[in-house]
Amino acid sequence: MNRHLLKVCMALIFSSLVARAASDSLFDRAPDSDRKRVNPYAHQSDAAAAGSRLFSDHCAKCHGADALGRGKKPSLRSREVQQAADGEIFWLLRNGNLRRGMPSWSSLPEPSRWQIITYIKSLGESTGNSSSASPKGNGQ
Amino acid sequence: MKRSLILCLLALLLGATACSAQEWPYFVTYSQDLEEPGNLEIELKTLQGSPKYGNPFISQTIEFEYGVKGWWTTEFYLSGQHTSNDSTVFNGFRFENRFRPLPGDHFINPVLYAEYENVNLADRSFLEVTGHSSISDVRIGNAQGRAETERSLELKLILGSNFHGWNLSENFIAEKDLNEAEPWEFGYSVGVARPLALAARSRPCVFCRENFMAGAELYGGLGDLEGFGLKATSQYAAPVLTFNIPHGPAVSFEPAFGLNANSVGVLYRVKLGFEIQQISSWFHRGDR
Repeated sequence: MNRHLLKVCMALIFSSLVARAASDSLFDRAPDSDRKRVNPYAHQSDAAAAGSRLFSDHCAKCHGADALGRGKKPSLRSREVQQAADGEIFWLLRNGNLRRGMPSWSSLPEPSRWQIITYIKSLGESTGNSSSASPKGNGQ
Repeated sequence: MKRSLILCLLALLLGATACSAQEWPYFVTYSQDLEEPGNLEIELKTLQGSPKYGNPFISQTIEFEYGVKGWWTTEFYLSGQHTSNDSTVFNGFRFENRFRPLPGDHFINPVLYAEYENVNLADRSFLEVTGHSSISDVRIGNAQGRAETERSLELKLILGSNFHGWNLSENFIAEKDLNEAEPWEFGYSVGVARPLALAARSRPCVFCRENFMAGAELYGGLGDLEGFGLKATSQYAAPVLTFNIPHGPAVSFEPAFGLNANSVGVLYRVKLGFEIQQISSWFHRGDR
């Protein structure tokens, strides 16, 4: 009986792990309160320019100067990121995703993180690789 | 041999995509932030002290910090010192690992720290203060100090919080000498810091507030298992300032003031930190 129960538990744990790995979306677990947060710098060109400098300092080495990703590091101009709410990206920057190698950026002040998001959103969607597209922001 | 080592190090620093890390300015206190995976940070830490009734000294420590995973950072330290009217000695090495057990950002973020130390008693690096360490420890001559090497295990519980641009970090230290049957020694450090500006400017600038961080540290011993408390311990309070040079190193300065007769009057600390981003991609063609 006990052995049977153990097998069922193991199967449940295994299937929940597989299900969790399969839901590979970056923003799946963002709570509603974070999704609804409003970017105070949205669509501001000055903020995008400032975000461009911050992106260059902190993000470009992994995600590429054109934000199209490098190796296993994902593109930030994918549909998933570009269509995400600013609050969802903010949530990801604060919490990181250790399983996928993305550290928490909570040490960056909140206004700086919003400026980075403004810049990323200003780049627009692109499915090209790093040689076929270039970002709109300054300072790259 | 020594010259080629220095040249190799300089070539590494100059050839690298050096960049100042977004790190809190502390010298002794660890924050909850780990090194980004694949990044190597090299820090040169200099400390100068002039103990009462002792010879002035300069201690130099070089630190290599590598982000293995998002939740795991490993570090290696080498340290040495020069004492006036005495000699220059190599003190030994430290090897430590930090682990972040909880994913995500929380109100309080814990980090677990484990370090193996192999340093002699002539060590003056003051990377932490534990037990009943006192000013008399830095009055020991180099010949006597280098004759005895201490191998110890050091564990820390690091707690850190970020709120409204501020960072508050607390470290609780427990250290055990592996050579001798000495009791566990304890220490602490607390740090608080904030960038001088929270938002970046749209135009590149060098001497603007966003490139500076200011803060303060408080650290000292807490005695040992047989005599826990502040009695017969050394304590320091230290304001600290960091300048993150754009596309260059981070430079930090801290005068640490001894708070009681057991402490050195003032310890002057300077730190130069370079971050080599994604050094791991040098060895993976596809990632470059």
